[in-house]
Parts: sequence; structure tokens; C-alpha cells
Amino acid sequence: MITTMKCDLLVVGAGPAGLAAATTAAQQGISTILLDEQAAPGGQIYRAITSTPIRERKILGDDYWHGESLLEPFKHSGAQYIPGATVWAVAQMTVADATQGFEVGYSVAGEARMLHAKQIVLATGAQERPFPIPGWTLPGVITAGAAQILLKSSGMVPGKGTVLAGCGPLLYLIAWQYLNAGIKVDALLDTTPPGRLGKALPHVWGFLTSPYLFKGLKLLREVKAQVRIVKGVTSLEALAGPAPNDQTLQSVRFTAGGQTETLAVSQLLLHQGVIPNINLAQAVGVEQQWNELLLCWEPKVDLWGGTNVSSVSIAGDGGGIAGALAAEHRGRLSALQVAHQLGKITAAQRDAASVAPRAALARAVQGREFFDTLYQAPEQFRLPTGDTIVCRCEEITAGQVRETVSLGCPGPNQMKSFLRCGMGPCQGRFCSVTVTELIAQERNVTPQEVGHYRLRFPTKPLTLGELAALPQTDDSKKAVIRLKKPV
Amino acid sequence: MYNRLPEAEQALALAPVIVTINGKAVQCREGDSVAAALLAAGLNECRDTAVKDVPRGPFCLMGICYDCLVMIDDQPNQQGCMIPVRSGMKIERQHGAREVQA
Repeated sequence: MITTMKCDLLVVGAGPAGLAAATTAAQQGISTILLDEQAAPGGQIYRAITSTPIRERKILGDDYWHGESLLEPFKHSGAQYIPGATVWAVAQMTVADATQGFEVGYSVAGEARMLHAKQIVLATGAQERPFPIPGWTLPGVITAGAAQILLKSSGMVPGKGTVLAGCGPLLYLIAWQYLNAGIKVDALLDTTPPGRLGKALPHVWGFLTSPYLFKGLKLLREVKAQVRIVKGVTSLEALAGPAPNDQTLQSVRFTAGGQTETLAVSQLLLHQGVIPNINLAQAVGVEQQWNELLLCWEPKVDLWGGTNVSSVSIAGDGGGIAGALAAEHRGRLSALQVAHQLGKITAAQRDAASVAPRAALARAVQGREFFDTLYQAPEQFRLPTGDTIVCRCEEITAGQVRETVSLGCPGPNQMKSFLRCGMGPCQGRFCSVTVTELIAQERNVTPQEVGHYRLRFPTKPLTLGELAALPQTDDSKKAVIRLKKPV
Repeated sequence: MYNRLPEAEQALALAPVIVTINGKAVQCREGDSVAAALLAAGLNECRDTAVKDVPRGPFCLMGICYDCLVMIDDQPNQQGCMIPVRSGMKIERQHGAREVQA
């Protein structure tokens, strides 16, 4: 007979939020399972922290190695850790006993499995914001986050002809990490519009008291001293060469201060901020709202990460972008609330234990409004026109989406029926915000009014073979066996 | 082209994992993903797309964009960035959409 694994708490994602949530919960005596898609803990921010070939610590910097502080407590917490596990479905128990919680489908090494959990904390983190410019699908164009993953997990750096483009702190961080490793990129094309500093100034007090201030300024100084920085970039195109190289990245063309320039490149690394990774939360039924400053969907969460779906909470950047340090404190707070809901601690004990993480969270988010205002992705790089591809999977252009709105298509879900956009293997992860904003612009209404793709399980592609590997329970066998009716 | 830093080169030299990429033997560092191995071998492309049949390569390297799909040991649609290299692995470019076989 097959026994299904059971736990009181399932945490999805082993980044800072997930590690901290699982640790705190297990320390409260809660039976906890942590499922993570990657082979080793750390999420993307502390990616490969246990396995990186980079031993010279100054290359990646202190903020990366801070991740180590989460590992030991997690290891000794008693939480069960299952790496290489992709969650693809979370369903409320269909059985009468609702206290049994959720049935969760996931896969490890191409085999589907199930587990039961009473409570779920989603710690699915962030992903790169789409950067739909002409040519962003050409081989050779990757996200700056991807380049950083190559550096952390494989100790790999780009060779000759590398340009970084976009806006946000990550762009300068990676340029700095490359410098530490002895690599100088050809240029950093900064798309932050002039005048943004003025807009951000009302939030400067938070920034001045931010723990990032001095580190950030030092890093900026070092990058500016050694790398060619082009400020105020207003247009950006990745270009292929003449045949037979007409499908490969050959150059980047940009405009700054009214001057257009073309640089020959082999690698173009794009970045314009990150957005919450919400596909799983959306499919579970967690309500989303459009964040007007960060220009993305984010789940509606309370002070503990709790959502409109009972017993499902969200910790870390998956519940709204606030950064890695904030994520670990949010993870702890979610776990304390779960402990209270499971009856392990009283409300008073929960509140007492949450004083320290809540204060640390407040410190960690100091200065975020300043950054978020300064680095808000500019309109021309979020709302493309013409032949620029919006949906990378189904190869749907901005022009097609705009024309389809003028035919009377009012929202993203109808757009799927018309164009198939958002229906490829990435399931809208790299076009959702763009399609919503394009429709909103064409209809002259807010993104909130337009709404988002409706997502269903499985939230990651699943083969029939994988599903067929699911262990058969006695109940599942009975469900398909035709029984002879008694005469 | 992506290069390995000296520390990663040393790790590779100590215990190389040998795979074939499009029929050619390639040495990889243990722990590298298939997508990283492709980029380190100078290959930015891993497939031709299903819709317009144009070349595409790894993009996000964190398992969400599905641009790094490749054939691994004759299995199509494998996520190159999520699968570590294994000795003897056969990695091949994926050509367009799958065809129905009689």
C-alpha cells in the first residue's frame, strides 16, 4: 500500500523567505516539508551558495554570503528538505474532512508525486520583469539575472563584446561583481530617465537611513570609475547581422541625448527590475492587485503574508517585491502565524516572537520607495509597438496585441483565444504584465480594470509519462475499476 | 561566448564530466546545467522555435522562460537550465515543433 507523505506545513521555495519560514516553523515543533525546484538551497539571490565554484569571497560580495546564515539553522531545524522538486498543483482536499488541508502535486526527476499539507507558505520569489525591445529573443540576449546565475552557479563570465542595459541596482551590482572577477563589460546603457531623481527625492529620507546607502554608493563609484556608463538611454534595439547571421545577435543600437550609436556585441544582458513570481499563487486562487509604483501584479497579503485563501500565505518577494533581507523576516512572520493557526503558540506568544522580525523587516525596507521611484521601468521599454515580440513562446508581437484590442478584445484571457499569447510553456510568465499594460493603454483604462491571465494547474508543463509515474493508491485504483453489480 | 573563471576551470580539470553536444564531445564542470554547458561551449542557440522556426537560446536560466528547451538523450523539450550535466549525456539541438509519428 502506498502511503502519501503528510505534513502540517508545506513551504514552496528555498530562497531566504522559504528557508526562514521552514526553519521557524520546524523550531516550533511543526512537521514541515520544504520543496524547492533547484538542486541546492538559496533561491536565486543566494543561488548555489553551497556549491558555487567561486571561493574568492569578494567577487560575489558580503550580501551574497549573508545567505550562509540561513543554512545552518535550517539544517538543524528538523524541517524535511526535498530539492529538485517542482510543484505543479495545489488543491483543497475534496474529502469531507476539511482539516486535512491540501493535496499537492509535484515532480522530482520526471516523476510525479503527491503530499498532503494542512498549511502552505508560498515562497516563490521574484523573476525578471519582461524587457520587450526589438531583438530581445535573439540568441545571445539573456537577462542580467541569468548572467548572475551563470556566475554564481558555474563561475562563468561573458567574454569579449558584452553590454549591460536597462535600469535598477542589479545592473550595477553585476557590473561590480564582474570587475571583482577581473572582467570589464564594454558598456552599461542606463535607461533611467533624466528627472527621475527629482521624483524620487521626496523619499530620500528613507534612503538616507537605509542600510544599503554606503555600500550602494561605494559600489556605484567603483563601477563608474571603470566602466563606460551611458546615461539617459531612450531607445534600445538588439540587432542581428546580415545573412547567414540574420538570426544571431551582432550589435546593440541605442539612443542617448538624441545621439544614436551602434556597438558590436556578442552578449547583451538586459534588466529592468524584478516582479513577483505569482503563477502558483494565482492558480491557487490568491487575489492579485496591480501595484502602481512597481507596475506589476502582486498578491493581496496581510501583515503575516496571509491571503484570501484560508491556510495559504505568501512570504518574500512572491508577495510583493521588498528584497532578500526583507524576505527572510517575512518568512519568519508567516511561520509564526502558521504556528498560531495550528495551535502551537497563543496569539500573545506569536506577537511577542514577532517583535524582532517585524522591526528587522521595517529596517530592511527603508529606502525602497526611493529606489522604486528612481528605477521604475520607463514606458517605452514596457509598452512596445509594431513587430517587437511580446509573447516569446507563441511569438506574438505588440502590433498583433494592439490590433486585437481594436477588434474588441477587452482582456488578457480573451487575448489567449484570439492569439494564443500566454499559452506557451512559460504560461505567461514573460508576457503577463506586458499584455495587461498594452491592453490598458489601448483601452485607456487601468491595468487593474483590465485584469490578468487566469492560471490553472498544472502551473508548469507536465508530461503524461510523468503523471503516469504517480504512485497508485488503493482509492485511485478503485476509482477506475469497473465493479460488477451484485445481481 | 562565456568563459569559466580559473576556480571553475580547475574544478573542471580535476573531474571533467564528458557529454556530447550535437555529436561533439565536450568537457563540463560537474554541477553545471546543460544550458551553462552550451554557453560555455560557445553555443548561444539550443533550438529552433515551434512557431516561426527561428533560433533561440537560453534566456532566464532559472526555469521559467522555457527558451532553453533541448533534446537530452533523445527526449525532447528538456529544460536545459534545470538539468545538471551527467557523464555520457547526449545533448542535441531541438528542431521546431514535434512531428506526429505513425
